[in-house]
Amino acid sequence: MNLAYKDIRHHLGRFVLTTVGIGLLLMIVMGMGGIYRGLVEDATLLVDTIGADLWVVQKGTRGPFAEVSRVPANLVHRVGAVPGVTAAREFVFHTIQREYRGKPLRMAVLGLSWPVDQGEWLPLIAGRPLAQAHFEMIADKTLGLALGERIPLGKDTYTVVGITGGMVGTGGDGLAFFALRDAQAIQFDMPGEAVRLERSARQARLAGMDWGAIQPSLLERALSLSSEIPSLGPPEISAVIARLAPGGDPPAVAAILSAWDDVSVHTHKGERDLLLRGVVERARKQLGLFRVLLTVISAIIMALILYTLTLDKIHDIALLKLIGASNRVILGLILQQSLILGMLGYGVAYLIGQRLFPLFPRRVVLTEPDLLILSLVILGISVFASLLGIWRALRVTPNEALSG
Amino acid sequence: MRNAYAIETEGLTKIYGSGNTEVVAMRDVSLGVAKGEIVALVGPSGAGKSTLLTTVGLINPPTSGIVTIGSKRVMDGPRSLTNLAAFRLKHLGFVFQSSNLIPFLTALENVAVALELNDTGRRAARKRAMELLEYLGVAGRAGNYPSMLSGGEQQRVAVARALANNPSVILADEPTAALDSHRGRQVMELFKKVAHEQGAAVIVVTHDHRALDVFDTIYEMEDGVVHLSPSPQADL
Repeated sequence: MNLAYKDIRHHLGRFVLTTVGIGLLLMIVMGMGGIYRGLVEDATLLVDTIGADLWVVQKGTRGPFAEVSRVPANLVHRVGAVPGVTAAREFVFHTIQREYRGKPLRMAVLGLSWPVDQGEWLPLIAGRPLAQAHFEMIADKTLGLALGERIPLGKDTYTVVGITGGMVGTGGDGLAFFALRDAQAIQFDMPGEAVRLERSARQARLAGMDWGAIQPSLLERALSLSSEIPSLGPPEISAVIARLAPGGDPPAVAAILSAWDDVSVHTHKGERDLLLRGVVERARKQLGLFRVLLTVISAIIMALILYTLTLDKIHDIALLKLIGASNRVILGLILQQSLILGMLGYGVAYLIGQRLFPLFPRRVVLTEPDLLILSLVILGISVFASLLGIWRALRVTPNEALSG
Repeated sequence: MRNAYAIETEGLTKIYGSGNTEVVAMRDVSLGVAKGEIVALVGPSGAGKSTLLTTVGLINPPTSGIVTIGSKRVMDGPRSLTNLAAFRLKHLGFVFQSSNLIPFLTALENVAVALELNDTGRRAARKRAMELLEYLGVAGRAGNYPSMLSGGEQQRVAVARALANNPSVILADEPTAALDSHRGRQVMELFKKVAHEQGAAVIVVTHDHRALDVFDTIYEMEDGVVHLSPSPQADL
């Protein structure tokens, strides 16, 4: 006879409530693990999805995600010419926050190297890749934009032509993909007045120099568009990403590029490590610590609940001992209830989490290995939690059954 | 003949505390109960009746003295000579005041659990439990929890549980305390029936002097000392 089951059957309402309570607690533990995993996945998603073999960034910097990196746009041609590199692309990445429909709209802007890269590799759930060089964008669904929606950014308006699923930046902001020049235009957009002031300052600087006084034509030239002035040059990009031939040797190519004095080179793994050890390191550690604390707290709460449930049964346990039940039977009763409570709680946590986690502002990623590990942890917690109750139950003497 | 006794005690003494706080709850108690005999243990509160019952029930070890059940010496002073839990399961049946059924088991399960603890198979245990409930007239309440049974029905189920493993000794501590006189007498008659039909030695601690006529032997206990009462009628 399974006494644990019989007891649960008799106190079903109380057991269900307790299980739901434990389930909610375990859901928080599960969610915290999912947030932790989501943070790690979000941090590395872009690097993994782009799949570049090498990241060429400004000398001495840790790449476009960990800190600001500025390299000249023509670097892409130099990198493309290096033996072993089969493709090199410009990479522009920055985060913006604008007011849209009365609410803040925060997005991570990523420039696609049009026309080579039109975003065909993106996981589109609706719409299409970019089809023209300007004024189109692909937005992640987390941004809440709809296909065909027109978003004013800087001096231009962009139409949403595609929606991606699960594409977020290292900070959890939804990604928006533009043609590279559009991404730069958004990044370096200046108000008209700022442009005019800069132009006047440029003229004043030149007027104060001998050249300006000797060659008036230079003063005229200084007032023209900045893109027409060779010394000002085109806007810079964040990085150049390079792909190598299949079977290529990334460290060998990286060694060639690293010899250049104006750039630093990171392999795919190196860039990934920089993100995990730099950008999200503290958040990752904090969440990890919090997860451990929650697990410990859950174990303590479960132990107290089981202890209380055992105290409620002290007379029954004494009675069982009186009629001859061995300690093994009593131990089985408490341990089985603990395991049932833990496993059902886990099931409740999973079911509620499946409905609740998608509503969280940041991604909550439940991976099979994480779920398996958590189930084993809960198994351990259940055993641990039952120890206090078992300890108390084993101290019960048959005499206590006679105390009425 | 000593071996004719289902249960026998020799010089049982139980002392609680020590020094100034020493209390002698039971003093040099020697008695024997034969198979099929029903014995009453009467006396005022604090006389030591429950101490004697729990001692022969192998729950409360004596300070000194011997308990022999069947032909096996099981207690010698505070020293147990066997696995007491297993021995209780096979050889002793207990019935107490109300509330001593397991509340989360039905009447049938309360009886079957004693059998299953004694390694009887589930199906056989349920069959035997149902037979016992029928024997005691409560088969109709087999599926009910103790809280749904009357006091008399609860005691019948408790008796059925006590009988489950065909014990050689049944110990009952004031089994009619929570019952009215009519139902109390019914329960006492039941013990008599069990003793005579099942061949068990039954020891009943009771305050209920109205039903003493059902007992074969009556022991009186006072200040920890047991005396044989001359005849049941004399105590009425």
